[in-house]
Amino acid sequence: MQNAFGNPQQVLLLGGTSDIGLAIVRAFDPSSLRRVVLACRDAAKGELLAQELRTDTLAVDVVEFHAEAVEGHQAAIDAIAAATGEIDVAIVAFAQLGDSTVTTTDAAAAAALAGINFAGAVAATIAVGNRMRAQGHGSIVVVSSVAGERVRMANPVYGGSKAGLDGFAQGYGDAIAADGVHVMVVRPGFVHSQMTAGMDPAPFATTPNKVAKIVVAGLRSRRRMVWAPKVLRPVFSALRHVPGPLWRRLPLS
Amino acid sequence: MTRESLTGWGRTQPSVADVLEVTDSTDTAAAVAGAGPRGVLARGLGRSYGDAAQNGGGLVVRLQGLAGDVVIDALRAEATVPAGLSIDHLLRVIVPRGFFVPVTPGTRFVTIGGAIASDIHGKNHHADGSFGNHVTALDLLLADGSVLAIGPHNNPELFWTTVGGMGLTGVVLSATIRLIPIESSRMSVDTDRLPDLESLLAAMTDGDDNYRYSVGWVDLLAKGKHLGRSVLTRGDHAPAAQLAQREDALAYGPRQLVTVPSFAPPSGVLSHPAVAVFNELWYRKAPKHRVQELQSIATFFHPLDGVGAWNRLYGARGMVQYQFVVPMNRDDVLRRAVELLSAARVACFLAIIKRFGPGNPAPLSFPIPGWTLTLDASSAASGLPELFSALDTLVLDAGGRHYFAKDAHIGPEAVRRGYPRLAEWQTTRNAIDPQRKWQSDLARRLALLSEGPLDGLLGEGD
Repeated sequence: MQNAFGNPQQVLLLGGTSDIGLAIVRAFDPSSLRRVVLACRDAAKGELLAQELRTDTLAVDVVEFHAEAVEGHQAAIDAIAAATGEIDVAIVAFAQLGDSTVTTTDAAAAAALAGINFAGAVAATIAVGNRMRAQGHGSIVVVSSVAGERVRMANPVYGGSKAGLDGFAQGYGDAIAADGVHVMVVRPGFVHSQMTAGMDPAPFATTPNKVAKIVVAGLRSRRRMVWAPKVLRPVFSALRHVPGPLWRRLPLS
Repeated sequence: MTRESLTGWGRTQPSVADVLEVTDSTDTAAAVAGAGPRGVLARGLGRSYGDAAQNGGGLVVRLQGLAGDVVIDALRAEATVPAGLSIDHLLRVIVPRGFFVPVTPGTRFVTIGGAIASDIHGKNHHADGSFGNHVTALDLLLADGSVLAIGPHNNPELFWTTVGGMGLTGVVLSATIRLIPIESSRMSVDTDRLPDLESLLAAMTDGDDNYRYSVGWVDLLAKGKHLGRSVLTRGDHAPAAQLAQREDALAYGPRQLVTVPSFAPPSGVLSHPAVAVFNELWYRKAPKHRVQELQSIATFFHPLDGVGAWNRLYGARGMVQYQFVVPMNRDDVLRRAVELLSAARVACFLAIIKRFGPGNPAPLSFPIPGWTLTLDASSAASGLPELFSALDTLVLDAGGRHYFAKDAHIGPEAVRRGYPRLAEWQTTRNAIDPQRKWQSDLARRLALLSEGPLDGLLGEGD
């Protein structure tokens, strides 16, 4: 159960090796947190990360999970819940950036990336939502992107899949609110992480730990959407209205 | 049956459950029999602050409609009442007949069932103990649908497991409670304004035994040499002879003056400056020393009930209460807590210190002989979780504990440290409900139903 400050006792991280996801897990109040399940593609890597997280009072489990295998998502989530009990907070953090030069020319590669980032994340969110609806409470953190506001030409398949997920999560959050389930969309800008290693940072670049702090504060006040850093909200609110020919010349596009 | 989002009075931690209003014990038994894997819980008026009266994903039964009249045995000064009845209703029946409830909390809008489940205490704890001490018999609906009559001399293990048992042993359908005979509906009140915490504790230690009721209001925003400045009010039921007009000595008709509208500002109105001004005025307006002032029952016991839905003053994010007790010889912890709270500049509008008398045999009853401090604050206040964590450590290290009816933040570990008789409670409880039909959000958060060491419980699913 979450306490009055929104601190969870049991957390499911979908995308168990995600830097942002792990930073969120570490940002929760350790005196409340009792169990974390890392669901990830690479279980061996997940186990190494689990060993770092485990303490005397924190149990960490690793479960193999393939985001594109959407037919199995509900069964996978149900199995995790059967072993764990309550899922107070679930973080949908998995995504792949893809090689934009490939995904913008190879139709099958584009569909495969969208299958993970969009279809996989939608299916996982709904599978978790069903479980939380049955327990009458819970928060789902959906890691979106500023692309939810405007997709950058630098990586349209990645951005488009995040934009689709972002819109879905908002609508689904409204649909499931009456069942006691809280969905929070997180819109980070450029985050220094494994996923962006070697890339030139965009303006207002941030870190997983800073994103995590904003997420934990957002859960405490049951926000529907948070931006990381916060300044990106007014920035993208303005950028959304920039005409295409100008947008294409901006460093953020 | 409706699907509803429920919270406690603090309006934090909502969860959604199927809610059923029941009108008789047969309905209640049928509802219990039909409860699913998330179990069932009785809910009274929802005045516990945290998640005690919630059962997310399960069934919640409301008993206010449970029919039945108040039966008064004037000779024995006892009343038998349906458990869904409020103290508000009960007082309107018994005060004109010359009786008062044995224990009342700071609000009269609690049910008798809730009063037993939380084993509530009041300003007379040092003299009379908690609510369970005055229950002579009760009817308990068990998980198997049967009804058992129990009392302190009739199945005492189950009785004391139910008292303070947070509704996790069954549904209390009705109870017989001892009443306090009164000559008037007025209180004779002595008030003392005390400049600091030391003088408050000294005044309570020296003088509480001369009064049936005693409580200290503390200004937690005061600093330095004013740290812990307080207003101590103590009193007793006024004898009829003290009233100017004897004929309406037992008249009783408390009114709600205003209700906070649902469109109150979502950010709340109890900001730090507002509370500071209130505290200053409240302290200044209290007389230095005044004796035998006549006050109404509502003014003395239930001042906040004059404002309906006052919890909305804290805004959409709600408020948290914190109440702890530490043993009598650990007044150093009380002092340290007041220092921490004062230094943290948390806007506490209501902070109360009370000196508890002896506890009762219930394993999960909150009061132990010692000092209790209760306070509330906006749950959005910055630094509050860290402050509460620091207080938790102080309290638990001193052999103190938290009050379930108020709590909304602790975890299973704090209960196991604060309530060393938890295992004893679980043994009796599990014997009558091995399938864990009775469940609540509080029970899940604190792992109240899980036996054995906590690390073993980490592996537990459903």
